[in-house]
Amino acid sequence: MTVTTQQPPPQRGTGARAADLLARVFGGGSATVFALLIVVFAAIFIVNPSFAEPPSLMAFLKQAAPLMILAIGQYFVIVSGEFDLSVGSLVGAQVVIAAALIDGEDGRTVPVILLMVGFGILVGLVNGLITTLLKVQSFITTLGMMLVLYGAIRLWTGGAPTGALSEAFRQPGRGGIDMSVVRQLPYALLILIGIIVIAVAVMRSSYGRTLMATGDNERAAGFSGVRVWRVRTLAFVISSVAATLAAILIGGYAGVTAQVGQGLEFTAITAVVLGGVVLGGGRGSVVAAMAGALTLEALFVLFNQLSMPSTIRPAVQGVIIIAAVAYAARERARPRHHQEVPTQPATQS
Amino acid sequence: MRTTRALLAAAAAAALMLAACTTDEPADTTAPEETEAAGDPGAEGEEPEEETADGEFFVRADYDRQLAQRDIAPEGDPATPWLQAIEPEYVDTAEFAQDGNTLCFSNASVSNPWRVTGWITMQQQVEVLQQQGLIGEFRVSDAADDDNKQISDIQAFIDAGDCNAIIISPSTTATLTPAVEAACASGVPVIVFDRGVNTDCMVTFIHPIGGYAYGADGAEFLVENLEPGDKVLALRILPGVDVLENRWAAAQEIFADSELEILGDEFTGGDGAEIKNLVTQYLQRGDVDGIWMDAGDGAVAAIEAFEDSGKDYPVMVGEDELSFLRKWQETGMTAVAPVYSNFQWRTPILAATMIWAGEQVPSEWVLPQDEITEADRDDFLERNADMPSLHYAKFGGEDLPGFPSAWQDR
Repeated sequence: MTVTTQQPPPQRGTGARAADLLARVFGGGSATVFALLIVVFAAIFIVNPSFAEPPSLMAFLKQAAPLMILAIGQYFVIVSGEFDLSVGSLVGAQVVIAAALIDGEDGRTVPVILLMVGFGILVGLVNGLITTLLKVQSFITTLGMMLVLYGAIRLWTGGAPTGALSEAFRQPGRGGIDMSVVRQLPYALLILIGIIVIAVAVMRSSYGRTLMATGDNERAAGFSGVRVWRVRTLAFVISSVAATLAAILIGGYAGVTAQVGQGLEFTAITAVVLGGVVLGGGRGSVVAAMAGALTLEALFVLFNQLSMPSTIRPAVQGVIIIAAVAYAARERARPRHHQEVPTQPATQS
Repeated sequence: MRTTRALLAAAAAAALMLAACTTDEPADTTAPEETEAAGDPGAEGEEPEEETADGEFFVRADYDRQLAQRDIAPEGDPATPWLQAIEPEYVDTAEFAQDGNTLCFSNASVSNPWRVTGWITMQQQVEVLQQQGLIGEFRVSDAADDDNKQISDIQAFIDAGDCNAIIISPSTTATLTPAVEAACASGVPVIVFDRGVNTDCMVTFIHPIGGYAYGADGAEFLVENLEPGDKVLALRILPGVDVLENRWAAAQEIFADSELEILGDEFTGGDGAEIKNLVTQYLQRGDVDGIWMDAGDGAVAAIEAFEDSGKDYPVMVGEDELSFLRKWQETGMTAVAPVYSNFQWRTPILAATMIWAGEQVPSEWVLPQDEITEADRDDFLERNADMPSLHYAKFGGEDLPGFPSAWQDR
């Protein structure tokens, strides 16, 4: 039961070091997701070569960005050993709030975005504090929060969203920088890259290691001086803020509809699990979680390109995910190759 | 230990997927709510949809009748379409004539913009009649898309015993039938509108022509405005809901006789992001010349997919929701807006006062249901210039005193 992504063995050749780096990024049961991602993409390219053209890829990344951001947020919570079921509702609530408050006026865009971020932080804090201080299981806390947000928004808007988003608000999710090769470099992609860099940096910082340790073994972490409640609460805040950013992108991408955000929490959790992150915490990499989200989105595209009847899609999707996760679990249970090199004995569960 | 973990992981994933599937797919429990998300559930109350010869959701007799009704000039003043009726058969209401004027309304929900718009119109109509002294108390219960809640709401009205008329907008057809029958049995005049029930015990059943006519309006427009061999993508909210299936069944019927190529019919859940994704992907695969939708929610997202992919606009079937009408005007694309007449929300209120006065009302009050075309689009946009984008153009409340502020601040 130890973190598998720590302590690079000292003194090795560049080749070995590169291999080790790769293993650290892609290892820990997450190799499967990358393999699956490649397979799915290859299949899409075979079915529809035009998908490989840069403009199509950019369009794909633009639409996948919100789920990837949600998955990154969800990763922090799951790796700390908790769940966040409120993100789907939060996305919906945030888009509806934005539409109602902006009401089509460009000038209100920035203040409303700030307000949304504030609201996101608040929701995360409430989720986190109720879970850690009141010792309510996060499954229940966030399930409750999901219902509270859903109900509160319905109450506030009288049942259906009102107002309109401004052009400026829609830019991050819809717009981009016009370019020759890719036709348009989406802002969503730039935002996504920024968030990935931050997320990787956070996971490499002492906070990230503490978070991982907390998810792995709460008591041990507590005994070694980690303030578990603070670490976990912060994870919930990160998740809610990520949901807020996803809401800005989704709202920008497609505008306001009554259904926005519905079911996203499960898609995000599925993505994280598909990325080889273990429910219950303590294992998995944020890059793999994000790759899980990308794989899911690619899978949706593939189904579409194969003109698969919509009715069988969920079943096929389910089978693929179970198979992938089971395969990853099997792989994780085997001794790991890259740690067979001398140095310290690889600590395994 | 390791095997257990592998199993656990798989089990957890399985559980998650099951959960994900239930949220994505039309589980029975979500169906009523989603139906309403369609904006405007059709009402084919009299007969169960299943007993069909041509398909699960296709009753040819109803289809033929609805398509024919579109060409029948309704009786009444065209300036007040909510009082018009197509081929009405009047029933005598003398037995219900009374001085009591407490009106009770059991609403299925206000969970989508179409219902919200109609609900505001209804309240404004009630206010006018209250000022005239024709309606006293107006009691309302909202079932929030819950059949069980609506059944007990109706029972509560019956038990209270002081409702002089009960208006019911049923949440689902079959489940609500016994409750409506119970209301009829209590001796109070019952008015049903929008979706129907499997009984004719009510005094009047008010609804626009219906789902087949709605679906056909859009499909015929595509056939007329596209060349043979052109490709059409159908976007639907979700499968298995009769009111939406009727629209699609009618469209399929018409497409089958045409030379259009139907690329596919996709379920979107009415989610704008999903619609945009799907359309974008179809555009990556090849050209799309026309879009048919079973409800106009998210039509703008579909149009934006063409813009963002740098493709020419398709021939488009939307709805009379203002966001779509505005986009249509702005872009000048070829489009049509089928209408599921929102003004029907006024009719039950007026019907109640007519019944109390002993005036005759049609036993099945079929309201006109005319699509908005390019010819009258600008007129409707002008009339609704100050209205929010999720408002429906044919709400029919322009002459009510609360106009326009009541519909603006929602």
